[in-house]
Amino acid sequence: MTHSPLPPRGVTPLARREARLAWGLLAPTLISVALVVVIPLLAIFWISFKPIGLADLRPPAPILRESLRGSGDSLRIEYRLRNSSQDKVIENVVITDTLPTDLTVTGDLPAGCALTGRDLRCAFDQLEGGYNERLRIPVAAADEDAAEEAAEGSEPQVSGEADSILTNFEFSTENFARIFDSDEFIAVMGVTLFYTVFGTIGALGVGLFAALLLNKSFKGQGILRGLYLFPYVAPVIAVAFSWLILFDPFSGSANALLIRMGVTEGAINFFGERPLALIMVTVFEIWRYFPLSFLFILARMQSIDTDMYEAADMDGASPFQKFWYLSLPQLLGILSVLFLLRFIWTFNKFDDIFLLTGGNAGTRTLTVNVYEQAFAISNIGAGAAVAVVIFLCLLSFSVFFFRFMSREEGL
Amino acid sequence: MRIFLNGAFTAALLGALWMMVLATTFAVAAAFATGEAFRPDLLLSLLWGLIGGLAVVYTGPGKSLSMVIGAAALVALSVIGLPPVVAELSLTARILVNGALGLIFGLSQPVLLAEVTGPGSQTRHAIEDAVIRFLTGFGYIFFTAIVAIPFYVMVMTSLKSQSELLKNPLDFSIDLSKGWDLFRSYVELFRDFNFGDYLLNSMLISVLTVFITLLFSVPGAYAVARLRFKGRAVLSRSILLIYMVPIIVLALPIYIAFSVTGLRNTVVGILLIYPVTTIPVALYMLQGYFRGLPHEIEEAGLMDGLSRLAVIWKITLPLSLPALASVSLYVFMIAWNEFLLAFMLLDDPSKFTLTRGIASLNSSEIPRQHLMAGSVIATVPIMVLFLGLERFMTKGLTAGSVKG
Repeated sequence: MTHSPLPPRGVTPLARREARLAWGLLAPTLISVALVVVIPLLAIFWISFKPIGLADLRPPAPILRESLRGSGDSLRIEYRLRNSSQDKVIENVVITDTLPTDLTVTGDLPAGCALTGRDLRCAFDQLEGGYNERLRIPVAAADEDAAEEAAEGSEPQVSGEADSILTNFEFSTENFARIFDSDEFIAVMGVTLFYTVFGTIGALGVGLFAALLLNKSFKGQGILRGLYLFPYVAPVIAVAFSWLILFDPFSGSANALLIRMGVTEGAINFFGERPLALIMVTVFEIWRYFPLSFLFILARMQSIDTDMYEAADMDGASPFQKFWYLSLPQLLGILSVLFLLRFIWTFNKFDDIFLLTGGNAGTRTLTVNVYEQAFAISNIGAGAAVAVVIFLCLLSFSVFFFRFMSREEGL
Repeated sequence: MRIFLNGAFTAALLGALWMMVLATTFAVAAAFATGEAFRPDLLLSLLWGLIGGLAVVYTGPGKSLSMVIGAAALVALSVIGLPPVVAELSLTARILVNGALGLIFGLSQPVLLAEVTGPGSQTRHAIEDAVIRFLTGFGYIFFTAIVAIPFYVMVMTSLKSQSELLKNPLDFSIDLSKGWDLFRSYVELFRDFNFGDYLLNSMLISVLTVFITLLFSVPGAYAVARLRFKGRAVLSRSILLIYMVPIIVLALPIYIAFSVTGLRNTVVGILLIYPVTTIPVALYMLQGYFRGLPHEIEEAGLMDGLSRLAVIWKITLPLSLPALASVSLYVFMIAWNEFLLAFMLLDDPSKFTLTRGIASLNSSEIPRQHLMAGSVIATVPIMVLFLGLERFMTKGLTAGSVKG
């Protein structure tokens, strides 16, 4: 046997084993992510092509109520059969029931019904939408009270086949037509763009300012850094309600202060007036997320080599020159990565606006529109269509982001 | 541009701006502290600040002398009725506030102008230094105010009664003489609104989310960081991509699926969803950390006969305890603060989390001090955790958090 100087080619057993182990370790994550992220994403595409409302989530079903009515000769069992849907057809409806022993059938059975022994079986080919009829079976009984109890004590069974709009193969582009056609769509896009662009730039700018302030060591620097992170760490619902109370038009401190200072005559409805509401939610966004950019920028600043600044000092550079020609180029990488990430995340933001204005007063962004369409107007299909639009926007941002990320060093 | 390099011009400009900033701060602080009307007179502030700045640069007094003169000058101005901070109420209040303002202005103005040697022509260095000192002072006041005021409003509102709130919204003071009665809203929340249960639910859900997330993400992160297999690069990228899918897009199908399967209104349902929203970021943070660990130790373990899994358990995990701590904290924070899914999926008050419980307080029938007390209850635990473990938290936030 001769020894080859070349390394073995192809996949060695060791490498295969390693790859197997890797997939094994990743399997739980991949399966759970597939279940909760990938399948819902596919579902949202599916739903977006369906004319479906909140009420259609349950497929139409036959509903049956049994009662013993009348007395003496007119004594009868009444089955009240109803279609839960107003417009969908239910097929192959079958009712089965066992009649109590102390009842005897005295008259004709309704069409479609047959009695074998004490077992009653009624079958209908189809129930139209909005079907609501009574089936009467005349009976006689020795003791009517006992019979009533016995008749209503035995639960009748009913089954039927209905087409669920969720699972059938009917598609329409009605949802997309509806959202793109409305004038609202342009307004929603405009609001989203304003909120995203100014929210992102504002948070970056304010964060940069805060980072410059804290980029020196002094007593209490740690405390201030902790304090400045509060808006980001606190639950969004808590800070959003605090803002609402602070800026309340009737009893808010901000309005009281402005009126006492003579800045305004009457109370300002900060979160209820166009275009002020949009500006306020953007300011809230900046306030809540400047800590994040501040943290990243500060971390980058503290890793810049101080030699460079010492050299610049020797050459007589002024503080602004040092910032402009030394710090800023060093920070450009992190600033652009932050910009892209924050842009995507601000675009995705839902909770903040939902809690502050509920999307009213000209603050409805795309994400709030999903909720508005699906739950407020109860049109799940249209909500899903908006969600698809969001996802497609996001996909294009991400392509751009990864192109860019491969050039910049990662976070 | 030569005028900008003039010492007197810079001193006057910065003095005026600084006086305006300080006067506004003092007026707002005094108004909130007393509930009375204080208002900065910006024109007068500008004038007196300008004069003060010039005085400092021309005479160059020490800090203590300038302090005394500043205070005396503003007290005198309040007496004759031309102070920077106007108070309609009494002369004493006006003298007190303006005297303090003069004191602080006199103390800080020489510090702002420390590098400026005189009224004449200055180096660019000295002027820029003064501007930066001014911006720094302004920045500290600005950031502290915008962060502290909303949180203070939250706490203060929760300690007041409805009538006190309506009587004077400007009054930020807390009446300590009421003693334990101050905490009435909290007692009512725990007694009548089941906030104890919500707190426990939130605690349970957040802790379990952390455990499930770590259970899933540690092996996954190790595989992506250390093992070689086809598709590794694609995988580590798609992790970030999944992280960018907004919850609102997923919430709709999840809502439908949970309605159909009966998982809505169950803690199990919430525990199925929360970890999946945190696993990608935990995995991303951890794999970055694992990559930084030296290979050699793990290889030594392999040579000594440990299996891969034993290496992870006995070598990698003990070495990455700090990273595990920051990831756990970060995941805990996300789960604790989560609002949207809890809001959509939970309707049954016995299963509410804290955030969902607060949302249920937002109605016109429930007084707002209850709403704020609820907010404080939700905020305090996460803040305590955050301040106690700030070192880990900031590390965790910078390590991989890009999420909003």
